[in-house]
Amino acid sequence: MKFVAVTACPTGIAHTYMAAEALEQAATAAGHEISVETQGSAGSAPLSADDIAAADAVVFAADVDVRDRERFAGKPQVTAGVKAAINDAAALVEQAATAARSAADTPTDTAASAETSEGPGGEPEPVPSAPEPETAVDAHAGAGTRLRQWLMTGVSYMIPFVAAGGILIAVAFLVGGAEIAAVVDGGDFRGVHYDGISDPADLLGEAGIAGVLFKVGSTAFDMLVPILSGFIAFGMADRPGIAPGIVGGLLASAIGAGFLGGLVSGLLAGFVVMGLKRIKVPRGVAGVMPVVVIPLVACFVVGLLMLVVVGEPIAAAQSGMTDWLAGLSGGTAWLLGGLLGLMMAFDTGGPVNKVAYTFGIAALASGDTVIMAAVMAAGMTPPLGLALATVVRRRLFTRAERDAGKAAWLLGLSFITEGAIPFAAADPLRVIPSLMAGSATTGALVVAFGATSPAPHGGIWVVGLVGSPLLYLVAVAAGMVVTCGCLVAVKSIGRRERPARPEPAAVAPEQGLIGAQQG
Amino acid sequence: MAELITADFVDLDLRGSDREEVTAGLARQLAGAGRVSDLDGFLADLREREAQMPTGIEGGIGIPHARSAHVTEPTLGFGRSKSGVDFGASDGPAHLIFLIAAPEGGDDEHLSVLGALARRLMHQSFRQSLLDVSDAESVVRLVREEVFGQ
Repeated sequence: MKFVAVTACPTGIAHTYMAAEALEQAATAAGHEISVETQGSAGSAPLSADDIAAADAVVFAADVDVRDRERFAGKPQVTAGVKAAINDAAALVEQAATAARSAADTPTDTAASAETSEGPGGEPEPVPSAPEPETAVDAHAGAGTRLRQWLMTGVSYMIPFVAAGGILIAVAFLVGGAEIAAVVDGGDFRGVHYDGISDPADLLGEAGIAGVLFKVGSTAFDMLVPILSGFIAFGMADRPGIAPGIVGGLLASAIGAGFLGGLVSGLLAGFVVMGLKRIKVPRGVAGVMPVVVIPLVACFVVGLLMLVVVGEPIAAAQSGMTDWLAGLSGGTAWLLGGLLGLMMAFDTGGPVNKVAYTFGIAALASGDTVIMAAVMAAGMTPPLGLALATVVRRRLFTRAERDAGKAAWLLGLSFITEGAIPFAAADPLRVIPSLMAGSATTGALVVAFGATSPAPHGGIWVVGLVGSPLLYLVAVAAGMVVTCGCLVAVKSIGRRERPARPEPAAVAPEQGLIGAQQG
Repeated sequence: MAELITADFVDLDLRGSDREEVTAGLARQLAGAGRVSDLDGFLADLREREAQMPTGIEGGIGIPHARSAHVTEPTLGFGRSKSGVDFGASDGPAHLIFLIAAPEGGDDEHLSVLGALARRLMHQSFRQSLLDVSDAESVVRLVREEVFGQ
């Protein structure tokens, strides 16, 4: 049989390698083949996608978290500490063989492992039987695969924040009504002005349990972009990447650059740290490099770039778009609705989305409840369309994405557009256009139907306040179906073409990032 | 790159049966040769690692080790104990003790040497040779042959 294994220990200089050696010896002695990835201090040569795809089972011998564990989703797995591998590797190899045999005997498991041998970004990795790509193309595809793995590392650490934060906020709306956001953060809701609650100690007393739920949820949401950014950098440059990645992500939030800004700051931080690690320094300085010099320099460089190079153009573009939207107000109404839909879905909480949402709030303040209804409906569509797609075509999504899809139902219904971020961050070029198509449909239909919403948030839970609620829901459902259809179509095309032409998949995320910097 | 191990870092007749005492004895030799800049700091790092999980493994081996800012070069200290020293392995005390010192900011090339060393420790023939040798120079030669293939 063929196995792959990952070994990792706290210090990363001894047990990691001893466990690897022990597993190799034991597997060879038992007549198996094994490839081991040592996640230690001396760098690690990652297992190739082909090795993983061909493996009958996976052995984890680790006392710390295994990086990029999602690569092995669906494979029969055996998990143990490094010492178990060192002391009795033969037993672990035997367990792996047993796990592989029992998985092969169970048809459902085999199907599961076949379908989850997809790449981390949702695209299938080349199946084992696929012909080897040309050498020149291979290097190119390798870069794309690495980029997707980096993004997916960030996404996998972010998903718990999306799920926990999103569901807490949704429950807060359910318990406390749609005004809970205004009660906690301040603002206007249906003509009533709230000052917000500045002292957390007053939350329970003044806003009740709903206020506490909302505050906890929105605090988790505040961490989405920093965690995404920090763990993209971690995927690229290991531990020294985390600090500059998180600082860059916090600044991306501060300048309103949203999750696309977080992708940029995470990749920036990763590249800067990777570069700094290559610099040869005198012995005396070497000791302070990882703890002082690298984080210091990388944080400053990434922070400077985010504030000056990324931040200022974003602010300028936002005010430009706001003026432009105001100029369009007299034009064809349903077109404006569609345009707002495009904007809501483009960056899901980022600068373009904010311009559209703020435009909706401003319209609401001047008494136009149709625009607000279009904006809210268009913001509900993205997570719902994605959730639908994970149900309709499970095979196009990784296990992590399917789990995110389950939470996305509730998030979409609650107008928490962020539920779409895990999908969009992992595969921006396919996901974002699909979201935009669906939300544009919804936005245009809401305006055409003349549905109204006097509430600036709350999603399905404020449908009682919505004018023409049935048509409003029809518009949301239509956008959902459009998003789902588009995404299934583009993901399936990529899937069929990939073995023959790997280039599009390889460059796709980069193009998405260039778009983000411009936006 | 400096030698991973020299005869100064070998003690074929370790005294004492206490983990800390034996480790400190080997570490002192490293500090004496400038491989460790701050002995107490390095010992604290070793203790911290040992506290996470004892480094003894089956077959009579103890591998006190740490990545430490107080280490200047990747270095191996080796000691042999007739009576054995408890390193927390389930099958009894350790007779072969490898003190592995890794610099905090070491580059891949340096640290991969330690990885190669750790892999050799899993070879029964290497262990047996270390039990059989009679002088420190032989240990140095053995490590060089096994780890660097020279």
